[in-house]
Amino acid sequence: MTSKDQTPSKDQTPSNDQTPSKNQTPEESAAEVRAADVALDTAGGTLEPSIVPVSSQSGDTGHHEGSTMRRIVMGNGFVSVLAVIVALFLGGLLIASTDKTVAETAGYFFARPTDFLLALWNAMTKSYVALFQGSVFNPRQGLMPLLETMTVATPLICAGLGVALAFRAGLFNIGAQGQIIISATLAAYVGFTWHLPFGLHLLLVIIMGVLGGAAWGAIVGVLKARTGAHEVIVTIMLNYVALFLLDFLLNTAAFRRPGDNSPISPRLDETAAYPVIIPGSRLHLGFLVAVLLTYGVWWMLNRSTIGFEFRAVGANPVAARTAGVKVPRATILVMAFAGALAAFGGVAQVAGTEKVLTGGIAAQIGFDAITVALLGRSTPWGTFFAGLLFGAFRAGAVQMQIQTGTPIDIVLVVQSLIVLFIAAPPLIRSIFRLEPKKKNKTPKAARKAALANAAGGAK
Amino acid sequence: MGVVKLELKGISKAFGTFYANQDIDLVVEPGQIHCLLGENGAGKSTLMNVLYGLYEPTAGQILVDDKLVNFRGPGDAMAAGIGMVHQHFMLVPVFTVAENVALGAEPTSFGGVLSIDETRKKIRDISQKYGFHVDPDALVEDLPVGVQQRVEIIKALVREAKVLILDEPTAVLTPQETDELLDIMRQLKAGGTSIVFISHKLREVKAVSDVITVIRRGRVVGDAPPTALASELASMMVGRPVSLTLDKATAQPKETTFVVKDLTVRAPNGTNVVDGISFDIAQGEILAVAGVQGNGQTELTEAILGIQPHVTGSVTLDGKQLLGLPVKDVLRSGVGFVPEDRTVDGLVGPFSVAENLVLDLYDQAPFTSGISMKPSKVAENAEAKIQEFDIRTPSAGAAAGTLSGGNQQKVVMARELSRPLRLFIASQPTRGVDVGSIEFLHKRIVAERDVGTPVMIISTELDEVIELADRIAVLYKGKLVGIVPAGTPRDTLGLMMAGVGPEGGSHDE
Repeated sequence: MTSKDQTPSKDQTPSNDQTPSKNQTPEESAAEVRAADVALDTAGGTLEPSIVPVSSQSGDTGHHEGSTMRRIVMGNGFVSVLAVIVALFLGGLLIASTDKTVAETAGYFFARPTDFLLALWNAMTKSYVALFQGSVFNPRQGLMPLLETMTVATPLICAGLGVALAFRAGLFNIGAQGQIIISATLAAYVGFTWHLPFGLHLLLVIIMGVLGGAAWGAIVGVLKARTGAHEVIVTIMLNYVALFLLDFLLNTAAFRRPGDNSPISPRLDETAAYPVIIPGSRLHLGFLVAVLLTYGVWWMLNRSTIGFEFRAVGANPVAARTAGVKVPRATILVMAFAGALAAFGGVAQVAGTEKVLTGGIAAQIGFDAITVALLGRSTPWGTFFAGLLFGAFRAGAVQMQIQTGTPIDIVLVVQSLIVLFIAAPPLIRSIFRLEPKKKNKTPKAARKAALANAAGGAK
Repeated sequence: MGVVKLELKGISKAFGTFYANQDIDLVVEPGQIHCLLGENGAGKSTLMNVLYGLYEPTAGQILVDDKLVNFRGPGDAMAAGIGMVHQHFMLVPVFTVAENVALGAEPTSFGGVLSIDETRKKIRDISQKYGFHVDPDALVEDLPVGVQQRVEIIKALVREAKVLILDEPTAVLTPQETDELLDIMRQLKAGGTSIVFISHKLREVKAVSDVITVIRRGRVVGDAPPTALASELASMMVGRPVSLTLDKATAQPKETTFVVKDLTVRAPNGTNVVDGISFDIAQGEILAVAGVQGNGQTELTEAILGIQPHVTGSVTLDGKQLLGLPVKDVLRSGVGFVPEDRTVDGLVGPFSVAENLVLDLYDQAPFTSGISMKPSKVAENAEAKIQEFDIRTPSAGAAAGTLSGGNQQKVVMARELSRPLRLFIASQPTRGVDVGSIEFLHKRIVAERDVGTPVMIISTELDEVIELADRIAVLYKGKLVGIVPAGTPRDTLGLMMAGVGPEGGSHDE
């Protein structure tokens, strides 16, 4: 099968050596791999031809890793609601599994299944009714429990906003815990060592606390922007630094009560505390501050130039840079703002609810804040209501344990399940048989196929 | 090598409610080069993925030699004698040619020991037979793109493919490499291999195919002989008459206001990716920078914009030095910049069209006072631009990432042309854009020239360069091979893109 004579080529094909060799830089080939992915996605024609994303031709939307995070962090709000429902249901099953009547009726399940189901239902509802009575309303106390929920939610909302804001700018702020600790420490110090008139004292407490948290956050931003350090690692480490710094300080004379060796600070002055806004409850001014902050973050993200920059950097840093946004500056700023927001949580703890500084001042708030921000889809108002929900869990759990003997820890289980379901949206979708976004399904199959193909396919 | 007749009957492929392919009939006769012509997103690649077993068709049949087949994966397709070369190569760069060819169907001797020699021999045979000049022991990463492509073809041939699908094979090649590929295709055909050639480039399609099938919006529009006029083919592709030639008055260059001198960009590895480039552009003139992708174009434009670190030399606009300024200040100096890849650096996909239309103007009047943005002004601006540039979007609030390539590019272009400019730089202005939008975008670029702005176009598509340029600069390995007037013959430009200077001297090492 010699073909030379039939070949209609005008000239002898030039030899390879003369073909221009194209040096492929690593970025380039990486881009090509990405492009190949996308080409397969879209070539699949998963979209109307007129709206096939360009990426099919010109490279790629890039940032696969980032987009996964974005999907989890900023996904569908509906999935959030369903995640809560499923988590509550599973939590309920767990509660029921320890219930005596449920165990007894299970013994003769096949004889009278209704007994078992009824017992199951009773066990679940009893605990959740108690949870509701402890967190929203009960006949004895009226709406008092709701006020308690709001109190407990205040630091969660503030810290949650800090995490959410960073998420929106593409940064994973695990450091709310450390930021809370630092701000609480500074705020408390001002609160019990300085003695100033009402108003001025509280203002200084807030300012010092917030500056402390902002600085603690800004350290992360600076390290990330200047040296490329990963914010997750830096924030985790700074959490430890803050925690042990606090432990150390509580063992120094400056922070200890005179004549007392236990690691508890003196009580903050009355002038340094958030005033209670509804007498008879613990609800303090800090809650109103949290409402204002929520509105402020909403305004910043949606109405201000700086929020526009943050969002642009979060969604596509390369395009933001090309459009003239100073990405390093935005990184530092957003971490400072995130730290400041978390710091309001620290101030609320120390000047609102606790009024003394202890080693456990931040409890788990900084970590719960991540869940709150996730559940709130990183939107300010979503975070606000997620914070309230978690506040209700916390406030109601005590009542639940008293009334039904269900351990408080069950709330932690529910919280963890919520995170699990949010992190795995397809799970929720399959449970509720929701139509997956058409976009997501086919490309995955195509990519799998592409992989098989890349490996030769001729197995 | 036997010959195979391939037939697709009534193939449909639906994704949800949307049909990417609908009722497609196609017969690839043995020993023919059958071209699938269509715009991006017309459904060509979907069809080929169906044929190759990557997708299962929603309806329809595939017949090989009049026998019904059912492919469950690429393996089945290969067994039936169908091979595919993807647009983006599926090669392991650090493996040798032989290792890559063996991968997936490794020949083994007794006890599962890899016997690569067998593959090596096959490669030599095939290479000899078709004049591929491929060394089985070369590392793939050291090979030029054109040769890598041949490795892909060899991969298919070693698996005894009798029908070869080439998906947009010329997209990554220089004009010379393209010609070589076309020759190879003719040789393969002469050797009895049928080829399905997917492309949207009319010139190549006309040069090599025996039959052309045009696909539009998932359906076969019709067949055409290779002798059909380019304009006929184009209007079949688009569905309406298209003018392929741009009406463009001769340039009226005025004062030279943009001067680049000895511009050098040093890459992190120490090499100069842009190496001592000097040129200037006059007001009312288009300078097109041609070159194969990856020869320093990206770094050149990014150096002018101020993104690249390690830049030396000088870039002056209206006598003002731009080098060393932050990006924002460069843009404020009146530079309109269309980046080379809108999805990567031109648009923020999740942002709305309206927001993307102010992506680099968001902090300026009238869109902002103080730090407070004015959503109403942003929306007004969006409505105006959507009208002016005919951006097809469901609404100004739709996420830019959901628009088609052409419309995304219009968003970028509208944004960059929406302020008084002293310099306009557009990188790959029409890459991945449908034929209809190309026409529109080219007109806007020429219009910007005609109001007296110096315009710099960077394109790897020689057709586009020839179409737009008043002068043509050719980049090769970061160096300027030369600047030649518009109307320089294609062949000369092609040689320049391979590093041979306009006077015949080589710039290669």
